[in-house]
Amino acid sequence: MSVLDPFVELLRGLGITFKTMLDKPVTFQYPEEKRQVRPRFRGRHVLKRYENGLEKCIGCSLCAAACPADAIFVEASENSDEKRFSPGERYASTYEINMLRCIYCGFCEDACPTEAIVLGDNYELSFYDRRSAIYTKEMLLEPVPTVEMTTPRKVEAGVFTRSVPEMKDPAD
Amino acid sequence: MSKQITLTIDRRQVTVPEGTLVADAAKMAGIDIPVFCHHPKLEPVGMCRMCLVEIGRPVRDRATGQFVMENGAPKIQFMPKLETACTNKVEEGMVVLTQSEKAAEGQKGTIEFLLTSHPLDCPVCDKGGECPLQNLTMAHGPGKSRFIFDEKMRLDKMVPLGELIWLDRERCIQCARCIRFQDEIAGDSVIGFDDRGRRTQIVSFSEPGFDSVFSGNTTDICPVGALTTTDFRFGARPWELEAHASICTQCPVGCNTTLNTRREAKAGGKIVVKRVMPRQNEEVNEIWICDKGRFAYHYTEGKKRLTRPLARKDGKLLRVSWEAATKLAAENFLKAKKNFVILASGRLSNEDLFNLKSLADHSEGRAYLYSHIGGGELTSLVGVGEGTNFAKMGAGTTIVVIASNLYEEAPIWHLRVKQAAERGATLIVMNPRGTKLDRYASFVVRYAYGDEVKSVQELGKKGRIGDAFLKSENAVILYGSEGLGISGSAAVASACAKLLNDNGFVGKPNNGLIGVWGRANDQGAWEMGFEVEEDLAKVLKGKAVYIVGADPAADDPKLAKALEGAEFVAAQDVMETATTEIADVVLPAQAFTEREGTLTSGERRAQRFYPAVPVTGDAKPDFAITSQIARHMGVILEGTSVSAVFDILAASVKSFEGLNYAKLAEVKPQWPIVGRGDLYYGGTTYENTQGMGAQLSAAAARGEKVSIPRVQREAPPRPKENELLAVPVTKLYDRGTTVLPAELLHERIGDASLILHPDAAKSLGVEAGQAVNVSFNGVSGGAVVKLDDTIPVGVALIPRSMGLAIREPVPLKVK
Repeated sequence: MSVLDPFVELLRGLGITFKTMLDKPVTFQYPEEKRQVRPRFRGRHVLKRYENGLEKCIGCSLCAAACPADAIFVEASENSDEKRFSPGERYASTYEINMLRCIYCGFCEDACPTEAIVLGDNYELSFYDRRSAIYTKEMLLEPVPTVEMTTPRKVEAGVFTRSVPEMKDPAD
Repeated sequence: MSKQITLTIDRRQVTVPEGTLVADAAKMAGIDIPVFCHHPKLEPVGMCRMCLVEIGRPVRDRATGQFVMENGAPKIQFMPKLETACTNKVEEGMVVLTQSEKAAEGQKGTIEFLLTSHPLDCPVCDKGGECPLQNLTMAHGPGKSRFIFDEKMRLDKMVPLGELIWLDRERCIQCARCIRFQDEIAGDSVIGFDDRGRRTQIVSFSEPGFDSVFSGNTTDICPVGALTTTDFRFGARPWELEAHASICTQCPVGCNTTLNTRREAKAGGKIVVKRVMPRQNEEVNEIWICDKGRFAYHYTEGKKRLTRPLARKDGKLLRVSWEAATKLAAENFLKAKKNFVILASGRLSNEDLFNLKSLADHSEGRAYLYSHIGGGELTSLVGVGEGTNFAKMGAGTTIVVIASNLYEEAPIWHLRVKQAAERGATLIVMNPRGTKLDRYASFVVRYAYGDEVKSVQELGKKGRIGDAFLKSENAVILYGSEGLGISGSAAVASACAKLLNDNGFVGKPNNGLIGVWGRANDQGAWEMGFEVEEDLAKVLKGKAVYIVGADPAADDPKLAKALEGAEFVAAQDVMETATTEIADVVLPAQAFTEREGTLTSGERRAQRFYPAVPVTGDAKPDFAITSQIARHMGVILEGTSVSAVFDILAASVKSFEGLNYAKLAEVKPQWPIVGRGDLYYGGTTYENTQGMGAQLSAAAARGEKVSIPRVQREAPPRPKENELLAVPVTKLYDRGTTVLPAELLHERIGDASLILHPDAAKSLGVEAGQAVNVSFNGVSGGAVVKLDDTIPVGVALIPRSMGLAIREPVPLKVK
């Protein structure tokens, strides 16, 4: 063993340090800078809309039934062509999720027959009090692209009669 | 007892009475054969083909008629094809295979066919979660369909059959349960099939649509979500609802119900009743309830509910504490001494009435029942006897219905009396005008208004009808108040009781007198010893009055005036009424949905109801309020435990002897089996696990001497020229405090009406639907003319509780 060996090892170690200094840093400067989440990340829920702006949610309450944490509360009401929220006869007049209870398991997405509820990529969920942890329908609904698409709205009679999108024959 | 038949179902030996259908026999043995169109209460039709099973019958030797034996057992020959279990009756030695490969294949095929035209919109369907089609598809259906989705039927989804029932044409599987219910059970054939093949659809051909008071039951037995009620449409999902046992408080039948509750954002986060469902009690309401019971519950959640005790100060009602309010009332009652009057209605529970009666007995007061029918004390004497059950009545039993239109006054009794008549019971309908029950009657007696007593007496004399009555083994008389006031109905009751007593139709099951009361617990009040008074205004004037659960001020302007002239008025009610506005002290009471208690039905059955929703405000149960007032008056009454009040009641009122809350909560096995996991079989009616109640004993059955007081009836007033004789009749949907808050019934309630004979209308120069002004007995008001050609020409009928205060027959003038 040479007397220089410790120095060689020291330099080798510093070499790694030096190399790392030139690397692109992995740290994100949160909250100024936000990290892109993975495609299947399960964050805060979003209630989706169809392209025409009508709400996909039909107030069927299946998400609430599937929820293992009992975090979802849904109450349905009847649609009319004068005041239409969603296609079909039924819409959710109350839709609440308690984010403190939610365990982000995604069962609600699985249960949804219209793909209305989707776990989005918002993970910034912290609250000063318990009440503000309850997200209402207005907070969960996707914003509409144009003003004409807001719900409820008056629509042509007899067009949106079906709550669940038409089933198609399997392609193969 | 009928002959017993032994057969084998799925290798299990089953013994059932002769004539049982295979599907029912399997159910009795605990084997589930899937069905859609079959219902144990309806005649078999075999329309849906869901119950396909393999049936084998033993081969008989043609010469000897004996079974052909093979290896020591009868030789079984299976039919080459599957058969329907719901149309085949059991036979000796029959072998049924419900789960064989062949049977399962047949059932799977039927489901696959049914689903070709079903929209599969379970997520928005009100039946989703308690749907037989959903459940049986999961149990027996194929996972995939071979049919093409694009060829599904597309039909109307929102079709109102009437204002209470909606039809979804796509969901209907054409099982005809609803049509058969209306035809066979309700006797109102108002819906039917239209068109044929794949275009078959249910239509209502009555005006107004689905004109039946039993229409709600079709939604219970509908095996899919085709029929739904307007009331519950999208109200909640079935699995989110909690179930609480209750008793319907709308009429004296005492139907067992289940209140489904849920916390609701629309109601401000409160727990509310979402729907009323029938609860099985084969001795009371079977598995049905009428539409009034199903839809009129809304008054308990009304905006006008009283929440805090109030006391009048300088002419205004101001909030006070319970202690202050009850003390003020007690002081005034004490001060009044003999002028203390309690006026209670049959809306109260047995416990409330008992405490009120005890208070009257222990002070110098008197307790009156607010009712329009008299003679109730006789029902306590002559019965009906313990064990009375309309379902057990058939040949040998005579049922007399006098001065009552059961369809309007107690719909479920109408249904059960009709069924008894169809089983062979002699039904004698005595009424001054035609009723829906006439169709099923062996004898229809049409007497003139005023001749009720004479007609009853005719029954005891020789003659075609008299013989039929006197020769029967059992006899029940139902008497009501059609065209009668208190004294008139008391005279009828006395004549009926005498007739029954003289001929030995008392003190036994299926014998006795039933009063068709105006309210749910009038019977309880009679058992407790309340009295009625014809001239209430005289009783109330200048007295210290304690009004409980009644609204005399709104019912009759004369009574309102009398109350204004009263010394002191304490009103205890669930909601604000015209009487509470006059009152000096207002005491808020809990609604029946918020508390526990018992009610006594007209068949003298004490039944328990249970709390379903939280208490509104500071309201207290009636018996507790009475107890608090009594304490300030120096009378100690139980006021904390409702079951303890009942125990004291059972110890002091003879007919209640031996009863307690535990006994009332007893249940026994009932047929058909309903409300368990097997919704496909009996419908969504709830199983009775909370108590079937118990019938009270009659004085005649206890061996006490029964003496019937003779009641002389004053002749009805003679109308002068250009006057008509106005008589009160009862209408099902009226403007009563417990009906009016249900907005969806408003169309059926309508306006105050004046029912005339077409000839009378002609001579007055009025037409049907015309608004006229009437005046009688100091009352005047508007009414809409309706025509009925079954009533006498000189008589005008005025429905009670419709805005025109009529208590007894009076002369009337039409302007």
